[in-house]
Amino acid sequence: MSGRKMIELEIDGVRAEAAPGMTIMQAADAIGIRIPRLCYHPDLSILGACRICIVSVEGMKNPVASCSYPAAAGMKVRTSSPELRRLRRDIVELILDNHPRDCQTCERDGNCELQNLAYSLGVRERYFEGERKRYPRDTSSCAVIRDPEKCILCGRCVRVCEEVQGVTNLSQQHRGFSNVVAPAFDDPMADSVCIQCGQCVNVCPTAAFTERRSTDEILDALENPGLHVVVQTAPSIRAAVGEGFGFVPGTPTTGKMVTALRMMGFDGVFDTNFTADLTIVEEATEFLKRLETGERLPLITSCSPGWISFMERFYPELIPNASSCKSPMSMMSTLMKTYYAGQKNLDPEKIYTVAVMPCTAKKFEAERKEHRAPWGAPYTDAVMTTREFIWMAKCLGVDYAGLPDGTFDSPLGESSGAGAIFGATGGVMEAALRTAYEKVTGAACPDLNFTMVRGVEGVKTATVNLQGTEIRVGVSNGLNNAKTLLDKVARGEETFHIIEIMACPGGCVGGGGQPYPPGGTYVLSPELTRLRAQALYSIDADMALRTSHENPSIRALYESFLGEPGGRRAHELLHTHYEPKEPRGIR
Amino acid sequence: MSGPLERLAAARREAVFRLFERKFKARVRITIGSATCENAAGAEKVYARFKALIDERGAGDVALGRVGCTGKCDMEPVVTVIERNTRPFKYGALNPERAEQVFREHVLEGRPVEALLLPGPQPEGDMEDLISRCGDAAERVRGAADLERAFRDVFGDVHFFGKQLRLTLRNCGVIDPESLDEYLAVRGYEAAATVLERMTPQEVIETVKLAGLRGRGGGGFPTGVKWGFAAGEAADEKFIVCNADEGDPGAFMDRSTIEGDPHTVIEGLMIAGYAMGATQGFMYIRAEYPLAIARLERALEDARRAGFLGERIFGTDRRFDIEMRLGAGAFVCGEETALIHSIEGRRGMPRPRPPYPSASGLWGRPTVINNVETLANVPVIILDGAEWFGSIGTAKSKGTKVFALAGDVQNTGLVEVPMGTTLRDVVYDVGGGIKDGKAFKAVQTGGPAGGCLPASMLDTPVDYDTLAAAGSIMGSGGMIVMDEDTCMVNVARFFLEFTQNESCGKCTPCREGTKRMLEILTRITEGAGEEGDVEKLLRLADTIRKTSLCGLGQAAPNPVISTITHFRSEYDEHIREKRCAAGACAALTRYRIDPEACVGCGACRRVCPVNCITGGPKQVHVIDASRCIRCGQCFDACRFDAVLRG
Amino acid sequence: MTDDIHALPQDIVEYIDRCLAGPHGESYLIPVLQQVQNRFGYLPRPLMDEVAHRMRIPTAKVTGVATFYHFFSFTPRGKHRVTVCMGTACFVRGAGKILDRLKDLLGVAEGETTADGLFTLESARCLGTCALAPVVVVDDALHGNVTTGDLEKILKPYGFKGKGETG
Ligand SMILES: Cc1cc2nc3c(=O)[nH]c(=O)nc-3n(C[C@H](O)[C@H](O)[C@H](O)COP(=O)(O)O)c2cc1C
Ligand code: SF4
Ligand code: SF4
Ligand code: SF4
Ligand code: SF4
Ligand code: SF4
Ligand code: SF4
Ligand code: SF4
Ligand code: SF4
Ligand code: FES
Ligand code: FES
Ligand code: FES
Repeated sequence: MSGRKMIELEIDGVRAEAAPGMTIMQAADAIGIRIPRLCYHPDLSILGACRICIVSVEGMKNPVASCSYPAAAGMKVRTSSPELRRLRRDIVELILDNHPRDCQTCERDGNCELQNLAYSLGVRERYFEGERKRYPRDTSSCAVIRDPEKCILCGRCVRVCEEVQGVTNLSQQHRGFSNVVAPAFDDPMADSVCIQCGQCVNVCPTAAFTERRSTDEILDALENPGLHVVVQTAPSIRAAVGEGFGFVPGTPTTGKMVTALRMMGFDGVFDTNFTADLTIVEEATEFLKRLETGERLPLITSCSPGWISFMERFYPELIPNASSCKSPMSMMSTLMKTYYAGQKNLDPEKIYTVAVMPCTAKKFEAERKEHRAPWGAPYTDAVMTTREFIWMAKCLGVDYAGLPDGTFDSPLGESSGAGAIFGATGGVMEAALRTAYEKVTGAACPDLNFTMVRGVEGVKTATVNLQGTEIRVGVSNGLNNAKTLLDKVARGEETFHIIEIMACPGGCVGGGGQPYPPGGTYVLSPELTRLRAQALYSIDADMALRTSHENPSIRALYESFLGEPGGRRAHELLHTHYEPKEPRGIR
Repeated sequence: MSGPLERLAAARREAVFRLFERKFKARVRITIGSATCENAAGAEKVYARFKALIDERGAGDVALGRVGCTGKCDMEPVVTVIERNTRPFKYGALNPERAEQVFREHVLEGRPVEALLLPGPQPEGDMEDLISRCGDAAERVRGAADLERAFRDVFGDVHFFGKQLRLTLRNCGVIDPESLDEYLAVRGYEAAATVLERMTPQEVIETVKLAGLRGRGGGGFPTGVKWGFAAGEAADEKFIVCNADEGDPGAFMDRSTIEGDPHTVIEGLMIAGYAMGATQGFMYIRAEYPLAIARLERALEDARRAGFLGERIFGTDRRFDIEMRLGAGAFVCGEETALIHSIEGRRGMPRPRPPYPSASGLWGRPTVINNVETLANVPVIILDGAEWFGSIGTAKSKGTKVFALAGDVQNTGLVEVPMGTTLRDVVYDVGGGIKDGKAFKAVQTGGPAGGCLPASMLDTPVDYDTLAAAGSIMGSGGMIVMDEDTCMVNVARFFLEFTQNESCGKCTPCREGTKRMLEILTRITEGAGEEGDVEKLLRLADTIRKTSLCGLGQAAPNPVISTITHFRSEYDEHIREKRCAAGACAALTRYRIDPEACVGCGACRRVCPVNCITGGPKQVHVIDASRCIRCGQCFDACRFDAVLRG
Repeated sequence: MTDDIHALPQDIVEYIDRCLAGPHGESYLIPVLQQVQNRFGYLPRPLMDEVAHRMRIPTAKVTGVATFYHFFSFTPRGKHRVTVCMGTACFVRGAGKILDRLKDLLGVAEGETTADGLFTLESARCLGTCALAPVVVVDDALHGNVTTGDLEKILKPYGFKGKGETG
């Protein structure tokens, strides 16, 4: 906005300023007038489809959609009047008339933008009821459920899937009243190019996209006396879970989270941060090996299952470059059913492993055949998202805000600050660099803060000098950004030694399973992801132990169980492989 | 270095020479109207018969040719026989047999077949300069008093053509649309060459502004102003698009114009492109118009070959070319932002404006979209001057308007009248009144976005603002006349069904609201209407009109509003008395056979789709009312008025 | 229609290559689909897939476009297409009854194909020959001022055998 002349206009009698190009809605937001809206999302392109955001502009015959209409100098805008309220009310009623009357039994009950609008705009009667569209629920995907009957065609999911994720799995199909958001050929999600990132779930204002719930299975397992039920929590959970209980975004609530899980009845509460450290040790070893031979560079990180699916469908030629390391979640589950089982003298088949993840794609990862134990069962039995965790705590009557702090169980609970920052974009890279520095130079790293890879920008690149060894690093979050980065590599415009790719915007803090943010804030908003990431960096900064390879529990694990980093045992348990998948994505 | 005008003059000299060799030298010339509707009426068969006859007799002194739309759809195929040095004769409704008669008696023996001539006075000019005189019609009309004569000379049949003023259609039905030579003979491409040689883009824009030309595609936006907006944008590339999507059901102006005179549209597009600074033009045309597409394609090729299109047009260093894109069956693609998306290969869903296409259109570049008829007016304005053009029409609506006259009217077809002509003149003078001696009920203008006006409003002059004030719109020019057998509720339902079906589904009010309106209208026509339904319709109409994203939704309620305004009693009758006086709503109509009148011919029995009519030969027939599905086919089939409806 | 519905014909492949060589190659999606539709009478799924990959347009977008426009169909059509104009002029002149009669004669609903695969019944929104309303088109032959009584005669040359029982 610097330098450019501001425009002055009047909104509801209040003087407002807008930079050229700003819409009426943005100008109103800036002075605290919140015009009702539905299809608008500040981080997606403008659609102007729902028409709820209409306002009247003096001198114009009809109301205009404030989300798309540019503010102009001297404009006199009214955002509310009996007529506007009636029109908005009628529009919302028209949506509701073609919508299931399902609120009480709906996933989004109490947290639904449509419901809120219907309430706040005063829709108390239905005048125009008629035929309602009928579609079966698409429950084919192991992660993302599509319920077109609840879709209000706001198009946010279509836009996020295309503009942010570059997957373009969704499009409006058919036309008019038969319009439906669906994958190509109206195919089930399971047969589509969907990578299960869950961003559509995040942005959907209703329950038309939701995650596949695992809470029932988990509750059953907890009640099953024959099972030893253990849980792990991903790095980014602690930064966001509080939002579900009224904490402001960016408040870490690690201790309460641990206590809550214990109250729910888990037999062991472990920290995925521990295996994040383990991942770093394995990955750094792999990286140094490749650096030595110069083969299969750049090394590309593999802890984001959304990215892995994307690679298998869209960039199969990069499969050799991907790190063969399992993700921290899968490493943890594997260790739970091997190392931990041995330690505790438990029958691994009687261990039920649960992962609390920011991520819907983790549900898919858990089901991958590569992640099955020799006896056929998956290493990870159930994945629940942050949202599911919040729901479960509420369901079980846990009074989260008032809980005392707990601590993770040992030995799979001890972690370094490096593991903690895994949840933010650039975090894996930074953690890896801390360890790589020492491995390459043999000296301790003087400054552990590799701030050049921090921040929520979509693509970050840097050259890191490890005392003479120059390492080109690339970091991206949001798969469309990954595309930009990878296409540059493919065209030979850039070369890297190591690339971190996180499927979700902002990394896991912006994962597809994170809480629906409080009203007035938006998922995808860089502000929100920045706050959540900050929580993680503050955890890291507060820790004495900040490099993965120095984690004593990790060292002990290698000594007593795994052997060498990158060794035979480690390979057997901690590494995996990938395959090209059909249908192939078009990039 | 010769300038564009000189080049054109050379091309025209050659063209006229070729024409003379091929046509004018002939003793007799036969031209056959060959628009889609004429072909449907058998024009091609007539053509083939003439051709066979000529070959058979070795009649080398007879030239046979096609011309575009004559506009006289109800008398198709229209054939003109032109003997050298005598006036032309116009025949209507020929078939191969009648063609043979005309050939024998008139062509060979010089005796016109009076019985087959079009009714009314015949054209009066002699053949020599017929083509060029028609091209100059506009110029000649400038003497105003001579208007009627000018057109009579060319078209004959004053009854139909009398109140007409054919500017955009000046060449339709006169020249062979597939011949660049003939177009050149009627001052074709002179406007384009003039503009290139003598005018700056700004001057062209000013001229069009001065002429007061407004968009004929429905919106009525001043064309020069629109060009000016785009001309004022800085961009590496600009585009001009001709909107030939013509989606209004019941409208065929653009089809006929293109079929009858494709080069005029191309020329208009070139001039528009020059004015606004586009180097690439697009023709977005409905796939449903194969003949128009074929003729345009041919015309584009001919123009390219002549050096009028392509790199270095008319020998200047300007590039301009035109690419065709076919629609794929979506009415909403007539809306300009949807059209842009369609050309870009996407779903034809409109987007909010601003930004207007003139600032950001095709691929984000400044783009102007103009209707076919708008563009067809442009050469006239350039050739005959803005002031003269501005002298035709009314204060705020200049020039003429082409209407596709259809429905229950005597003379259906394509007519062009000066703005400000009254509806009554169009329906009764030009259109010849209502068919089959029935009573007039309403006239519908503006297609699904327009309204139905009752008899009391027949004296409304047709221009943008008056029609809008009357509760309808000018629209693109469909004009459907409805007689007493038309149920206005049913008509409203018909239009709603159309818009609902064509709604792109992007925005809530249009997608959901039109569906609800249609449901209410349907239940009214099915006898299930409830008290309060009309109020619900009006409330929905208001919401949809004020909040929809694009013109389709914004205008969708118009037919409902106008029929409620002017024919409210019909709604009430349907709702309260469960009665459809027009007998159009099947569910509210009962059929029975009058035993007095029935002669037992069995025609009704044979057509009844559910076989619910019984009766032996020569016996009184009976309808089993419990099984009758009220399709009305027996009513239509009975030639003895024995089937009663009520 | 012996064309292989699993691979794009060579000429269409070449057309795509030509389109992609120029500016805005992806904008030719609709013309490409039109060619496939014209060749096969419908859009076979494998071909839409191939078009998507060759033109590098995400498949969801290709089907999004294909399902938006009425011109495209996804099931094979009958040998002959019988189209009734349901535009305003035709409607006012009784096209509804023509359509009803055809449904009855052919024994199919709108959009359906007769069991013998001979006829597909469709409706159109104005064919631009309103002056001849009501209008029926069989394949490319246009019939104007049609009455319910004309229909059997119109269909006969295409192999129409009669409604079975004529009462
Ligand atoms: C739903 C809808 C359909 C339209 N269809 C057409 C059409 O078929 N032909 C046309 O020329 N304009 C059509 N228009 C108007 C165009 O959007 C546009 O205003 C026009 O082509 C501009 O040209 P003009 O200024 O020369 O009239 C339509 C508008 C709407 C909203
Ligand atoms: S999506 Fe929202 S409005 Fe719809 S049923 Fe669920 S809670 Fe209710
Ligand atoms: S909100 Fe109303 S409808 Fe819903 S549960 Fe409560 S009382 Fe019932
Ligand atoms: S989960 Fe991700 S890839 Fe799949 S449809 Fe949703 S946004 Fe697209
Ligand atoms: S699924 Fe959700 S996000 Fe997508 S269009 Fe429907 S309501 Fe909007
Ligand atoms: S970025 Fe995180 S939340 Fe998103 S897919 Fe990857 S692992 Fe899951
Ligand atoms: S008004 Fe109708 S046609 Fe126009 S954008 Fe909205 S839904 Fe689409
Ligand atoms: S209205 Fe139709 S169904 Fe009823 S008797 Fe007449 S032909 Fe038969
Ligand atoms: S068509 Fe008329 S006259 Fe003939 S049997 Fe039927 S009702 Fe009687
Ligand atoms: S928020 Fe503006 S139209 Fe939906
Ligand atoms: S003759 Fe019918 S439109 Fe031209
Ligand atoms: S309405 Fe039937 S052809 Fe125009």
